[in-house]
Amino acid sequence: MRSGDDGPAIRVQGAVKQYGSLQALAGVDLEIAQGEFFGLLGPNGAGKTTLISALAGLTRLSAGRIAVMGQDVVDDYREARRMLGVVPQELVFDPFFTVREVLRIQSGYFGVKNNEPWISELLENLDLTSKADANMRTLSGGMKRRVLVAQALVHKPPVIVLDEPTAGVDVELRQTLWKFIQKLNAAGHTIVLTTHYLEEAEALCTRIAMLKAGRVIALDTTANILRHVSSHALKVRIAESITLPDALREKLVRDEAGELSFSFERYDDVETLLATLRAAGAILQDVEITKPDLEQAFIGMMSKA
Amino acid sequence: MIAFRTLLYKEALRFWKVAFQTVGAPVLTSVMYLMIFSQVLADRVKVYDTVRYTDFLIPGLVMMSVLQNAFSNSSSSLIQSKITGNIVFVLLPPISYREFYGAYVIASIMRGIVVGLGVWIASLPFAQVGVTHPLWALAFALLGGAMLGTLGIIAGIWADKFDQLAAFQNFMIMPLTMLSGVFYSIHSLPPFWQGVSHLNPFFFMIDGFRYGFFGVSDVSPWLSLGVVAVALVVFAIVCLEMLRRGYKLRH
Repeated sequence: MRSGDDGPAIRVQGAVKQYGSLQALAGVDLEIAQGEFFGLLGPNGAGKTTLISALAGLTRLSAGRIAVMGQDVVDDYREARRMLGVVPQELVFDPFFTVREVLRIQSGYFGVKNNEPWISELLENLDLTSKADANMRTLSGGMKRRVLVAQALVHKPPVIVLDEPTAGVDVELRQTLWKFIQKLNAAGHTIVLTTHYLEEAEALCTRIAMLKAGRVIALDTTANILRHVSSHALKVRIAESITLPDALREKLVRDEAGELSFSFERYDDVETLLATLRAAGAILQDVEITKPDLEQAFIGMMSKA
Repeated sequence: MIAFRTLLYKEALRFWKVAFQTVGAPVLTSVMYLMIFSQVLADRVKVYDTVRYTDFLIPGLVMMSVLQNAFSNSSSSLIQSKITGNIVFVLLPPISYREFYGAYVIASIMRGIVVGLGVWIASLPFAQVGVTHPLWALAFALLGGAMLGTLGIIAGIWADKFDQLAAFQNFMIMPLTMLSGVFYSIHSLPPFWQGVSHLNPFFFMIDGFRYGFFGVSDVSPWLSLGVVAVALVVFAIVCLEMLRRGYKLRH
């Protein structure tokens, strides 16, 4: 976003965070390039929110450094925070003010004066215009979530972090939100997303880091992660259970109440699989081929790491 | 500067939006004190030779309102923001800890002064004496408001729950205010308790403020000014250090 600055949007070096005996971050190194749509995935307690808190200056690292657009989040916190917009995970709001007041106040906190045109644009893009003068208390959860997104964007930050922005949010808002975020990404904003909805990460993120127990256990493009960790699967439903020959047993990934899933690499293998099944006496009722998905990759990674 | 001004504006707007509760209620409480105590005690309590008890009571009540409301403003704003989680809205932006301190303290002074003025105006029908040294009165109101606003920030940051804040208020602020000579002159106390009163910075705030009204006080207004200023500086240093370190705000 800033001309003449092509360093990473976010650089995390040796980030360690210790809470008493609990190590929330155990040495994280990560670089996110400008303009990326980046996914930060991991089970609860993996350290995602701690990493984001440290990035946003809400938590101080026990060791290591983080810079946003080249600005250290501790030493140059003013510059770093101007570069960053964070949508927090919790649905928080100030019950004293209306939506428009909240956005004006938040603009002022970032030193932005006369922000009305951008505030109106934000309200429109997030379908909030009709609620602009409503008190925050009166809004539904989904509406409050939209205001949180607008609050994070009042100062047009080059780097936008969304911490579980669609948790407990209806389909309509998810679509509105993603359309808008993709528009911002296309305009050059770097987006960092944590989510529990893996299909969202798969659809949106160009690169993904997976965290477990405070460490990055995988960091690659979404396509590569899918290619390396997960494979196609052949799902069949058979009438009666049979004894699987060893050749099939090796490829079995799931066996649930008559539904068997086998992994395969190439489509040529499908015919062989089916022939072997028939030869073993299986009567096929249903056959389905599933593509690799992030959930499968995720489960694979987490169990291996 | 814009960030500081905005935070100050937001803090002032916050109490002004609920002025019925934050300004109206304490004014009513103080007027009740005034009506009841002045009625009951007017002929029984003798303070200074030249000052009626009702007139003596008014500046004490005004200053007590300034102090209690300045404390309430910063402490309740912070504890509410912490408990509801919306404190992140002021932690995420590039607001320095000095701006943060300044905005919360000035908003606290504003609420203290607004409530104090309300109490004073409501007490005018009962008063026979005007304000002799308004600048002295104003100086103590500002310094006292700043000190209690600062204590409010400290308490608001320290407390994790509403009852901890209530304990701070009920077991520290209230006794110190009540034992500061709002309702009596410390000269009416036995020597031991007079000595104890001199350890209470609240006594100097009330006594100095009262000097602004009558030109008469228990101790020299310069001494009071010095004590209050030193106490303010000490609390401000503690508070600023807490904010700089992010104590309980930035883990």
